[in-house]
Amino acid sequence: MSSTDIIITNLFIFSLAAFVGFEVIRRIPKLLHTPLMALTNALSAIALVISIVILGQGHSTYAQVLGFIAVVASSINVVGGFIITDRMLKMFKPRERKPVATEDGAA
Amino acid sequence: MDRMNWIQLAYLVAALGFAFSLKWMSQASTARRGVLAGEIGFGIAIVATLFWPDIDGEGYLLIAVALLIGSAIGVPLGLLVPMTAMPQRIALSHAFGGLAAGLIGVAHFYLERSHYSKFDLLVIGIEITLGMLVFTGSLMAAGKLQEWLPQRPIVYPGQNAVNFAVLGAALALVIYTMADPDVNWTIPVVVGLGLAFGIFLIIPIGGADMPTVIALLNSYAGLSAAALGFVLDSKLLIVAGALDGASGLILSIIMCRAMNRSFTNVLFGAFGATDATAGGDGAEQGTYRTAMVDEAADLMKIAGSVVIVPGYGMAVAQAQHKVRELADALEKQGVDVKFAIHPVAGRMPGHMNVLLAEANVPYDQLLDMDEINSDFAQTDVVLVLGANDVVNPAARHDTSSPIYGMPILNVDQAQTIFVVKRSMRAGFAGIENELFFNEKTSMVFGDAKSVVTELTNEVAGQRDAISL
Repeated sequence: MSSTDIIITNLFIFSLAAFVGFEVIRRIPKLLHTPLMALTNALSAIALVISIVILGQGHSTYAQVLGFIAVVASSINVVGGFIITDRMLKMFKPRERKPVATEDGAA
Repeated sequence: MDRMNWIQLAYLVAALGFAFSLKWMSQASTARRGVLAGEIGFGIAIVATLFWPDIDGEGYLLIAVALLIGSAIGVPLGLLVPMTAMPQRIALSHAFGGLAAGLIGVAHFYLERSHYSKFDLLVIGIEITLGMLVFTGSLMAAGKLQEWLPQRPIVYPGQNAVNFAVLGAALALVIYTMADPDVNWTIPVVVGLGLAFGIFLIIPIGGADMPTVIALLNSYAGLSAAALGFVLDSKLLIVAGALDGASGLILSIIMCRAMNRSFTNVLFGAFGATDATAGGDGAEQGTYRTAMVDEAADLMKIAGSVVIVPGYGMAVAQAQHKVRELADALEKQGVDVKFAIHPVAGRMPGHMNVLLAEANVPYDQLLDMDEINSDFAQTDVVLVLGANDVVNPAARHDTSSPIYGMPILNVDQAQTIFVVKRSMRAGFAGIENELFFNEKTSMVFGDAKSVVTELTNEVAGQRDAISL
């Protein structure tokens, strides 16, 4: 493929992914917007995969230094982001429809 | 199939995991499954990357060390940060993301520029600028949220001119680099200009605008990842970046609407600058009435329906647990209790929902502005806790008010309103609130936490007296 073909293919992918993203995320209730931000924060750390390649191939010292910082920074986001999203979601519970009076009704 | 094809197939699976992850986030009941899908996708992507050609033994060692350091910082950051500090925490991780994306852009430019097309050179320049501005911009936002930096907007004459000059200079250097890719000095200057622009961008933005800013930085972080994907021809980065960019963009549009801000203002970072002067010396201050805690408790107890309106003041006082106890006590009296959540209550999109969920308030008791606004006219008692601008009726009719046009909770339509506040001082935006001078409103002065505790005791105590 020529480089123009690659650009056009990638523009296709970008546009379709953005469209899917809009359609899916538009439906997410306001209730879950903070967990959503934490989750997308983890997902946007996907640059980690490139950081790993640049660090691992070690073509030059300065590329290794930049790659090392990038791997550390993105893995903080991935690990922390997923943990914190799950921690928040664990707190979201529906109302338990239990009989309200029984708990201390004996008093 | 060669090894790269297998890696790309694994990336495809990872991208599908991300798409499902977001899809499952659309309901509270499936959201945790969504996190799992994201984690699996990410795990697959990382493992596949380790099979990339040309990674040697020393490379694997460095990767392992870097991943361990990152996890050693990320795990406590994920587990220990309190929910009130979540906005700072998210802003800080945007900063990490921006830094990583920017640095990788720089490294890749110097390694691979001989293979770059003109388009690649343009995109990498934009990518580096974006990554760096997200880095410093997010650090500034985190500093403001943590109150290490002044929350007030800082404005000076010619601010926009300076900002456009910095951005224009960065763009000019990128175009210069397109003409002569072998020049070495331009990209470090672009890095510096990007870092400076991030600072300039957030300086004029006030604390009340932080929900929009954080969402916008989220979007920029996604766009910089996608831009990197174009240069590296990495479909995975393009997809993940597009999803993140879309998410941030939608959230910032929602925040803008909730505050009646124009979206172009936000895109140019000029928002928050307009407000500081208006308001303050409201002429028609009028008289207000006060109520004691026991009066408020008596009325709430015999009410058929109570709506609680929490604001950031509740969060600051760490009163959300006490508020849950009050709601429980009222429900035991047969009172119907609901919570009304304004979209910009708190310091980031959905922040108030998280704080109340932490206090075990069931999420189906939390109602959005749109869901609850028609109910206020049939509500007996409203309890406003540390919320101010989001309940100010001036937004509906006072064209001179800085918050004119902002959608508000229609609290003033209820039968009786209690406002818990420390004093009559104006709130965050510095605007007089005419709700406080409404004849149906009584002010209950005091710290949110102690007032709510007393209210709960009054409500619960009285019930025992009756049952005895």
